[in-house]
Amino acid sequence: MADGAVPRFWREIPQRYNLIGNQCGACDRIYFPPRESCPYCRRKSMGNMKEIKLGSKGKVVTYTIIYVAPEPFEGQAPYPIAIIELDEGPRVTAQIVDCELEDVKIGMRVQSTFRKIQEDGYIGAIHYGYKFKPLEVKG
Amino acid sequence: MKDIGIVSYGAHIPRLRIKSSDIANAWGKDPGTITNGLGIIEKSVPSIDQDVATISVEAARAALARCSIDPQTIEAIYVGSESHPYAVKPTGTIVGEAIGATPVLQVADYEFACKAGTAAIQTCMAFVKSDMIKYGMAIGADTSQAAPGDALEYAASAGGAAFIIGSEKVIATINETCSFTTDTPDFWRREGRKYPAHGGRFTGAPAYFRHITSNAKILMEKVGSKPEDYNYAIFHQPNGKFPLKVAKMLGFSSDQVKQGLLCPYVGNTYSGAVMIGLASVLDVAKPGDRIFLTSYGSGAGSDAFDMTVTKYINELPREKAPLISQLIENKKYVDYATYTKYRDLLYEE
Ligand SMILES: [Zn+2]
Repeated sequence: MADGAVPRFWREIPQRYNLIGNQCGACDRIYFPPRESCPYCRRKSMGNMKEIKLGSKGKVVTYTIIYVAPEPFEGQAPYPIAIIELDEGPRVTAQIVDCELEDVKIGMRVQSTFRKIQEDGYIGAIHYGYKFKPLEVKG
Repeated sequence: MKDIGIVSYGAHIPRLRIKSSDIANAWGKDPGTITNGLGIIEKSVPSIDQDVATISVEAARAALARCSIDPQTIEAIYVGSESHPYAVKPTGTIVGEAIGATPVLQVADYEFACKAGTAAIQTCMAFVKSDMIKYGMAIGADTSQAAPGDALEYAASAGGAAFIIGSEKVIATINETCSFTTDTPDFWRREGRKYPAHGGRFTGAPAYFRHITSNAKILMEKVGSKPEDYNYAIFHQPNGKFPLKVAKMLGFSSDQVKQGLLCPYVGNTYSGAVMIGLASVLDVAKPGDRIFLTSYGSGAGSDAFDMTVTKYINELPREKAPLISQLIENKKYVDYATYTKYRDLLYEE
């Protein structure tokens, strides 16, 4: 990975570690990743977007199994990638872990888990962030 | 004097397991002899996206899920491990960010073989006792590796636990702690080396047994207690046999030891070992229960603790994070080939 990746990952730490999104002060719509302004309220939302920490729970909207993975993820294939709708509404794309391929189902309840996302080879930085796993504790 | 102790706790054990018998078969050893000799049925294995930082974060978040503490009031985080993901860049920085405790926060990583986690508890106790901080978080976690074919390969596993130390609504008061340290080269890993080395039979009597029994006796003398005063006793568990043997030498029964003895099912989680054992005891503890804990770290040293469970344990919603019994049950077996693939992906050749 190019050196430019370190600053990008660093800037995105609040999103990647803690699912920090934002909410439009005018219409209350929630965004993840956070947006500069609300596409519905435009000017009215300028300077009126509030940071919000999204919960760790959601459900699988759809998913696909990756058999031929990009090079950094080759060792993990095959693995499921899903679109997850968080309980607050926003959708995120993430890998599903700690689950057998045949057990991934549309509508299944999941929770975020903190994992290694990518390493810049053996000498570069290690990038961490969210993946999702089946819900452990009811609620 | 105010009571200092554990305010909340959480643990994490990776889901993958490998059976001792599968490792034995891969090396042409007799599975029955190995499994019975070590007292280890299976051990946890980290998946390739798990390391000490991810295990520490999961354990820390579990501890926070059980209480209503604002992460911003956690003013110190110490992570004890012998397998920190970076040689230079503290694991605690990643944990602090991931639980929302940054930036007004004191952080350092600890290293003392398998007892770095209990050293972290002692530091947090001192900070809280001196009113320098309101809450401190002590973590012990490891994803330890052993050279292929080495006897340690049957034991070296992954897991960890986090404890929030404070002085309000303490669920387990730490009545006393003491340490015993000498220069004993029983187990080590030189800088830049991939796998540790050890002194073979030298690891038993002068190392594990001497340090634990000496320190345990010092602690009991200090507080004027006897083994039968305790409901639970937790000893470092490099295998399934040593903790039972050291308990017997000191006069503890196997009944006192079993709730905190997890090595047979998860292996030796190194810095996580007694920490997970303590979490397992707190999962079932009742007000008034007294807990004895003695860690051991090669090199060598031991930290001992005398604790009393308080009425606040009943107010802590323990079901809000996975219990140790649930973490042990939630497992998936891998074979030796998959296990070595994951291990090889970790290192540059
Ligand atoms: Zn809007």
